[in-house]
Amino acid sequence: MMHWLAMGGYAVYVWPAYAVFFVVLAWDWFAPVLRRRRLTRELRGRIARERIRKARAPRAEAST
Amino acid sequence: MITVVQPTGDALGASNRVRNVVPGALAACRALLVRDFLLAWRRRGELFLPLLYAVIVTALFPFALGPDPQLLRRIAGGVLLVIVVLAMLPALESMFRSDLEDGTLEQWLLAPQPLALLVLTRVIAHWLTTVLPLLIVMPLLGALLDLSADVLPVLMLALLLATPLLALLGAVLSALAAGARGSGILLALMLLPLAVPVVIFAAGAIAAAQSGIPYMAPLSWLGAALVLAVVLAPLAGAAALRIAVEA
Amino acid sequence: MHRLGSPPTFYRFAGALRPWLMLVALAAAVVGLYGGLVLAPPDYQQGDAYRIMFIHVPSAWMSLFVYAFMAVAGLVALVWRVKLAEVIAMECAPAGAAFTLITLATGSLWGKPMWGTWWTWDARLTSELVLFFLYLGVIGLYHAFEDRRRGARAASLLALVGIVNLPIVHYSVQWWNTLHQGSTVDWLNLGRSSIAPSMLWPLLVMALATHLYFFASILGRSRIGLLSLESGKQWVRQRVGGQPAQPTGART
Repeated sequence: MMHWLAMGGYAVYVWPAYAVFFVVLAWDWFAPVLRRRRLTRELRGRIARERIRKARAPRAEAST
Repeated sequence: MITVVQPTGDALGASNRVRNVVPGALAACRALLVRDFLLAWRRRGELFLPLLYAVIVTALFPFALGPDPQLLRRIAGGVLLVIVVLAMLPALESMFRSDLEDGTLEQWLLAPQPLALLVLTRVIAHWLTTVLPLLIVMPLLGALLDLSADVLPVLMLALLLATPLLALLGAVLSALAAGARGSGILLALMLLPLAVPVVIFAAGAIAAAQSGIPYMAPLSWLGAALVLAVVLAPLAGAAALRIAVEA
Repeated sequence: MHRLGSPPTFYRFAGALRPWLMLVALAAAVVGLYGGLVLAPPDYQQGDAYRIMFIHVPSAWMSLFVYAFMAVAGLVALVWRVKLAEVIAMECAPAGAAFTLITLATGSLWGKPMWGTWWTWDARLTSELVLFFLYLGVIGLYHAFEDRRRGARAASLLALVGIVNLPIVHYSVQWWNTLHQGSTVDWLNLGRSSIAPSMLWPLLVMALATHLYFFASILGRSRIGLLSLESGKQWVRQRVGGQPAQPTGART
């Protein structure tokens, strides 16, 4: 196992390369997830605001 | 410089003549050229800014690298080439910007003349007003860096082919970025990949001339690329302007 | 096929297909990495350092493949003005840039022990760097527009200009390199031509894994892109709001 991890003395180069590969692809995979979460929050807020506005509108008309 | 003033009367005549009939494509191009020269002449102070930039950067090199004439002579060609490319950048950015803001571009799109032809005319006007002065002072800058006299013609020839090519490519990118928000560094980023082959061949010709080997091959490549770009770049630029203007 | 072009249909289709693609991609990656890192013997010239190849070469292939894919989507977006194609083309750019970045970084980590330097102006490396700048240009141009559909069309046109430019860059850089006599990288071609089957099959499996991963990633990215582009539409509200929109909401 240790022998394998040592990569014939090239461990310093091989493992960082694999780390870069997986880190960058993990970013590629999870960036849209974060974006989706942000978008969902934004949209929910917008829908809620519109609902409140709609609920208030008839009352405003009645008072005038 | 006086030659720039003279066409104004001619331009007025041209615009009077075309008032009643749809002008031909050539007449429209001429009117556009005259208008661009006039605008450049009214802001003639700005024409010197790229020149000043080039002189300043050229003067900095000996201070940074030491006054060794051998070294300066060796790098002169490449340095001057890069300086010209960098000095072209700021002007490229505004090639279509003001026309987009004041609605002139919409007129271009509505005009009966082919849009690509107008784009080509604009590039020619742009090259003549902002790049040609740079080329005129090149021998002076070459002298500052101790460029040898037999390399200078090759440098001029390479620049004469490379700068119109860069202006054409830059026009496409400038048209693409015209509708975008502030985009100085963006234009540089987009131009870099397109400029790489141009710089390589132009510098290749200069390097070949410096080491006394035949330099015609890279120059011919530049020429071929220029011919291709004269045909294709205005079409791409026209497509880009349509995206920038149309909703 | 025509109905797939409609955003809600594509959204559902992509959502169903994506987990399976990712699953197969992960399985292929496990097999490929096991073959590459454990089963394949060390190279007689490079020792174990060559094992970077199993991620470096597939990433390099992907960086070009994604660009071509992006350009085709961009062409469809420009000619037929398909909204879905615009979204796909623009979502390709970050994914492609990611693969290009991996290629450059792993190539650098491979080059240090082999050539003794992190970077050389070799034709392949330089072309890859230019490709990276092309991707950055497309991303930058897209984000510089207020109107995202217009930005997508402009960036698609830039991608098409880039695909004309790419072979020219490659050719010119090769010409430049022979002129300047850069470092010798003959071993690269030598190693490629005489690759042993025990090294070749993990490489091909990894290439398959990266392709599948890319398609899974692009489906996911395009779903989000569609959601944000169509955020005013009813189907998005239903999906995001969790409950059906009010029946009286006949606006827009």
